[in-house]
Amino acid sequence: MTLSAATSGLLFSGSDWDFRTLARAYDAIEAIAVEDLHLDTYPVQMEVISSEQMLDAYSSVGMPLMYRHWSFGKHFLYENLLYRKGGRGLAYELVINSNPCIVYLMEENTMALQALVTAHAALGHNHFFKNNHLFRQWTDAGAILSYLDFAKGYIARCEERHGPAAVESILDAAHALMEQGVFRYHRPPKLSQEKQTRSALERLEHEERSYNDLWRTLPTSKEDKSEDKIAERKESLNLPEENLLYFLEKNSLVLEPWQREILRIVRVIAQYFYPQRQTQVMNEGCATFVHYTLMTTLFDRGMIGEGSMLEILKNHSNVIFQPAFDDPRFSGINPYALGLDMMQDIQRIATKPTAEDRDWFPAIAGSGNWRETLLEAWIDHRDESFIRQYLSPTLIRKWRLFVLADMAEETHYEVASIHNERGYEKIRSSLADRYDIGATRPNIQVVDVDLLGDRRLRLQHKVKDGIMLEEAGRDATLRHIRRLWGYDVSLEGVDAQTGARLYETSADRAGG
Amino acid sequence: MPIFIDRRLNPKDKSLGNRQRFLRRARNELKRSIREQIRTGRIADVDAEHTVSMPATGTSEPSFQNAADSGEREHVLPGNKHFAPGDRLPKPRQGEGSSTPGLKESEDDFRFVLSREEVLDLFFEDLELPDLVKINLKEILAYKPRRAGFAASGAPTNINVGRTMRNSHGRRIALKRPSREEIETIAQEIATLEEGTPDAPAGARIELLREELERLERRRRLVAYVDPVDIRYNRFEAQPLPNTNAVMFCLMDVSGSMGEREKDLAKRFFVLLHLFLKRRYDSIDIVFIRHTHEAKEVDEETFFYSTQSGGTVVSTALEEMRRIIEARYPSHEWNIYAAQASDGDNFTADSERCIALLDGEIMRLCQYFAYVEIIDERESHIFGSTNNGTSLWHAYEAVSARWPNFQMSRIATASDIYPVFRRLFTRQPTPRSE
Repeated sequence: MTLSAATSGLLFSGSDWDFRTLARAYDAIEAIAVEDLHLDTYPVQMEVISSEQMLDAYSSVGMPLMYRHWSFGKHFLYENLLYRKGGRGLAYELVINSNPCIVYLMEENTMALQALVTAHAALGHNHFFKNNHLFRQWTDAGAILSYLDFAKGYIARCEERHGPAAVESILDAAHALMEQGVFRYHRPPKLSQEKQTRSALERLEHEERSYNDLWRTLPTSKEDKSEDKIAERKESLNLPEENLLYFLEKNSLVLEPWQREILRIVRVIAQYFYPQRQTQVMNEGCATFVHYTLMTTLFDRGMIGEGSMLEILKNHSNVIFQPAFDDPRFSGINPYALGLDMMQDIQRIATKPTAEDRDWFPAIAGSGNWRETLLEAWIDHRDESFIRQYLSPTLIRKWRLFVLADMAEETHYEVASIHNERGYEKIRSSLADRYDIGATRPNIQVVDVDLLGDRRLRLQHKVKDGIMLEEAGRDATLRHIRRLWGYDVSLEGVDAQTGARLYETSADRAGG
Repeated sequence: MPIFIDRRLNPKDKSLGNRQRFLRRARNELKRSIREQIRTGRIADVDAEHTVSMPATGTSEPSFQNAADSGEREHVLPGNKHFAPGDRLPKPRQGEGSSTPGLKESEDDFRFVLSREEVLDLFFEDLELPDLVKINLKEILAYKPRRAGFAASGAPTNINVGRTMRNSHGRRIALKRPSREEIETIAQEIATLEEGTPDAPAGARIELLREELERLERRRRLVAYVDPVDIRYNRFEAQPLPNTNAVMFCLMDVSGSMGEREKDLAKRFFVLLHLFLKRRYDSIDIVFIRHTHEAKEVDEETFFYSTQSGGTVVSTALEEMRRIIEARYPSHEWNIYAAQASDGDNFTADSERCIALLDGEIMRLCQYFAYVEIIDERESHIFGSTNNGTSLWHAYEAVSARWPNFQMSRIATASDIYPVFRRLFTRQPTPRSE
């Protein structure tokens, strides 16, 4: 390693890094990414941080800015404990879906690792964020940082004005509903820019200031309590509504404007993270595929030394390690491994297809055009649809996947399908279902509210396959909803297939 | 080329605010946990870091979750070795975890460390203690000489040579004391003239020089090199030195009438006193003396946890304390604090002896003697403010009247403990430090 990097053609040598080397490595990696893989990325902002700062970032759901809440403190204590005990290493990087794309690099990383991380996050994730349709439609990368800045400041001001306890109770309740705080079916209203948000706030404040109780006493038009009013009421409230946070924000009977704004903040953040939760396999797979391809290309061109390449490969294989189900280390399917394997499999099908592949994937088998196929898949798919379309029999055999049927009342599992001719389809659709967040998470909607009667909010849980809600969490969450709604809240469980009513409970009955 | 930003020098601890919010949230649970640890742990360990487990209530984050024990579902798993469709696998029993031992289960069950400040904060809040730091506890018992300028008189050993010589030098210049060189040059000149050819002008010159030499030498004799007025001595002032050693005597009746509750209250009282002293003194010794009808110095473990049967003779403990003070803790080197806990039972005749012991010697040696009588909660409203009470209480009331540093109080619950301290620190006539 006595040759200097410049004369040997290597991008770097040794494990130390400095900003010049980082820039040179980024430029070389980006050049290959653009010319070879045709990646299209946001501009990149790389920030070097220490391990403490990485822990800080962990505790605020990975965002550089976040409002204050005790639950983040709790997560920080937990992560800190794991890290200090040596139970878990820290991530080498953290990437944020923003424009410019922010990539955190740990200062402890060696230069080889920094190059790997650059390829993985600054190009792989970055390309995915910029191009995948979920991110394009549902998140606004350009506005998220200024929105978080606004949210942090707004909540801090609320704490000053109304006391931390009042803010905390609203945030607690809102966090409990974060899962139910996203629009799944229709596209959410576009995240407003800071300026628009501010004008909305000013309007609220104006309403607060100019509120006059006299208006309430004005006679209103005749009340007509006929039956078809119910349908009309549902229509006017836009029911049924799947986004509980949105519904409460707009229609709660007791919340003050600032409390509604806090609900909105939590809802916007939940919506921002929703695409990430749907594209874990694809996102990590894309980044892993990109870093692996780019690093091997660099190595082939003699720009990375053998020692560094060995280090990169070692880290790469750690990341994609997938233990079998009976291994004590098994903790579910590793999204890095599944994503990378599927994408490399597409590459194989496009270039060296077998007869079976031609059968299963007539459109891409042997086309040789794996770059186009992958680029399109990265744009068009989420985990569920990607697996449903591209999981090949070859891969099912390689992973030796099998399906276990699990009936709660039985004392044993039953093996439903294995990697054979009859099982491929079943395994593929079953695995795809696992990744369908809309289907695996509880489906709870607001179905009715009697504004003129007892003002009870009626929620409905569509019970799928007989899977009930965990009761302690359900009751606690109902109490949170009641706090936001102001009156009693009932939850009714209805079987999704038969429409039979399975249970009914309410916040009052749940106690507290 | 991307933008690079080096954030390593940015402030860390961004999550400190979140941590504080979390601790505030978990306050009650943490308080209980700390209290438990203090009850079972050693007195001296209270003032340290504590590990506490994650509070179970108040810090859960509920949401709608699917219940694992209902419905039917499918798991897709990798690594099939020999299963065929239709094979049956027994389910792991409850608690062993299913196929996904994820983060969720363990997250609510971990231990973390509270800093010393956080522990004290939680502990003191329980007893509603005010900020204690402002209160002056220390008694001046020793003096230490401290340099304080110069004096014109003093012991020869304290002469400050530098200052003396400086005075001397100034005086010599002012009085024009001829220097040795001046005299030597003249003597030299005389010598050279005398060696040379003796002629008239030389003779006259020599005469002149001789006169000058004599005048200078006389002047040298008159103006001393070091005169008594030059001499300065280092001046010392006796500076009062707060005594930084304290010894705390814990006296407790361990006869059968003292139950778990009584001992627990006594322990809290001792813990509190120890914390007080710890904030004021560098080193603290704790001496545990337990007594029934005879007293013995024991270690902490034995003091709180082993039982002993016997009668109750309080004076034996005071006797033992006096003996230990004489043997190990001379009162001019140690600040002596004593705290006695008892249920008040004593032989009447012995109470007289206690008064004699306290009046005669112990109260003179002690900074503070606190007597807490632990009574039943039901009795507290009967005894509350009246002077009725046990024989020991009556006896000690006489002592209390004579000695301002003697405090006595009845304790029925933990919240009664603090007022005892308040009385102590408001009555103490020592000046407050600002």
